[in-house]
Amino acid sequence: MAFTPPKETNTGKVYSVTMGTGDKAVTIGGENVLPFHGFEGVVPNKPVIAFDVMDIAPVDWPDTVREIYAGVSDDPVTWAKFCVEKFNAKAICLRLAGTHPDNGNRSAAEAAETVKKVLDAVSVPLIILGSNHVEKDTEVLVKTAEVAKGRNCVIGKAQEANYKTVAAAAMAHDHLLIAMSELDINLSKQLNIMITQLGFNKEKIIIDPMCSALGYGLEYTYTVMERIRLAALTQNDVTMQQPIVGDVGMYVWKIKEVSASEDTLPMWGALKERGIGWEAQTATALLMSGAELLIMRHPEAVAAVEAFINEMM
Amino acid sequence: MLIIGEKLSIIAKRVREAMMKRDKGPIQEIAKAQFAKGAGMIDANIGPAEGVEDLMEWMVTTIQEVVPAPVCLDTTNYEALEKGLKVHNNEWGRPLINSTSNDPERFPILELTAKYNCDVIALTVGKGGLPADAEERAAIAAELMGRAAEYGIPMEHIYLDPLVLQAATTQDQALKVVQTIKMFQDLNDPPMKTVVGLSNISNGCPKHIRHILNEHFLTLLMYEGLSAAIADPAEIITTVKTVDILMNKTLYAHSYLEM
Repeated sequence: MAFTPPKETNTGKVYSVTMGTGDKAVTIGGENVLPFHGFEGVVPNKPVIAFDVMDIAPVDWPDTVREIYAGVSDDPVTWAKFCVEKFNAKAICLRLAGTHPDNGNRSAAEAAETVKKVLDAVSVPLIILGSNHVEKDTEVLVKTAEVAKGRNCVIGKAQEANYKTVAAAAMAHDHLLIAMSELDINLSKQLNIMITQLGFNKEKIIIDPMCSALGYGLEYTYTVMERIRLAALTQNDVTMQQPIVGDVGMYVWKIKEVSASEDTLPMWGALKERGIGWEAQTATALLMSGAELLIMRHPEAVAAVEAFINEMM
Repeated sequence: MLIIGEKLSIIAKRVREAMMKRDKGPIQEIAKAQFAKGAGMIDANIGPAEGVEDLMEWMVTTIQEVVPAPVCLDTTNYEALEKGLKVHNNEWGRPLINSTSNDPERFPILELTAKYNCDVIALTVGKGGLPADAEERAAIAAELMGRAAEYGIPMEHIYLDPLVLQAATTQDQALKVVQTIKMFQDLNDPPMKTVVGLSNISNGCPKHIRHILNEHFLTLLMYEGLSAAIADPAEIITTVKTVDILMNKTLYAHSYLEM
């Protein structure tokens, strides 16, 4: 008798979320099985990787990744265009790091101007992130959501301390919303509930359970993402059925393993490959645990992860 | 766990009057309120309905006009049942007949169950007296399952009902019913579904303690794996959600009761 592999079927399904507009719009989610388990159900969309771009020069990025963007990274518009034209970026994440009170303190109006220019220059979907300063982000994201109206952007990150304002801005101008909690699945669910209780459409949320790099707590992120996905699929929990984002690049490109020189630590191997491998490995682990959207920095790491995705699907 | 809203019963004066006058207003209002509180199905108890065989048909359409859920057709009247099944909208799930039992007079219900491919509650009582313990209930259940199989009814269409008795008069039966829920499930693989008429436990008790008995009894039953309860959703929803949390069936969040 022929062997029939057992199939696990689920009652729940991840919401399909479309980012951006026009022919460059991309859709993530929609699956009713664990990551890449297309043999057990439906996996209609591939995970998407967005390139990390900032409104200020990436002075704190290690040389191995900063040099890729030498000559373009002084200006977010050229930087974003460069990612799209040179590396075929499917989405851009514009991180408004320069609005942070300790990092230039640019005004919300300046940030909005930057967003507008980037949107005029690229047609791929745009993720607009604040500087992760809960008070300043509310001002910045309210203004930027307004100028981005009509482009179906992803706004973030809404957190427990500022979700009311950030979600209201995303809702008023018809954007998607990243809801971030700090490595706690119960608080992640709670935040989603509170956001939807404001009247925000639960199918327009993307969950950020907080990322971490390989060697720096990746297993915590991995397990939270995995449990979110299991709640969505096996318990049919409608508050946890959103796609998940892994904000990988910013966590990887600040650890010593991606910047320690070969002279100091020859046993760690070639510096350039080490950084690329670290980012790709972290990203791949998160795809395996449930992430559908990744934010990354090194184009070679992006290429490696995209090759992995294509092979798996 | 499935909550089958019990409030549309001919025993209630307001419901009875609405049924007799064919006044949709109160029926629909009660059906909607139960659905909003978490009922996944609405019980329509029209009693024996002698001489008013089209009452169930009217109840089913009246309920489903306003609530997107299946109906539990609760009557011993064969003709009324069939009329109700004919108009039932299966878009939101199969209808449930309440009920067959080991009493030969209730066997024809199985014909209807098979004919309309619906679900059925099988009450584990015979024509004789009430079942004494879990073993006796399980033995009757096995007979009921065998008979249902003869009619070609799939086991997953059957909800076994152990018959809840009053705590105030037959106190020792409460624990026996809890044990029966466990035993029923072991009668088949996948496990048999189970249902109770929850508020029977507190029948005859003072009004202010009835909900306490109902909710605590439900906790014990849910622990043993109860699939469905005919009950007042407004009364039990907090218990259902909380037990689901404690049994790790839903993910905890501070607002779990609001979901």
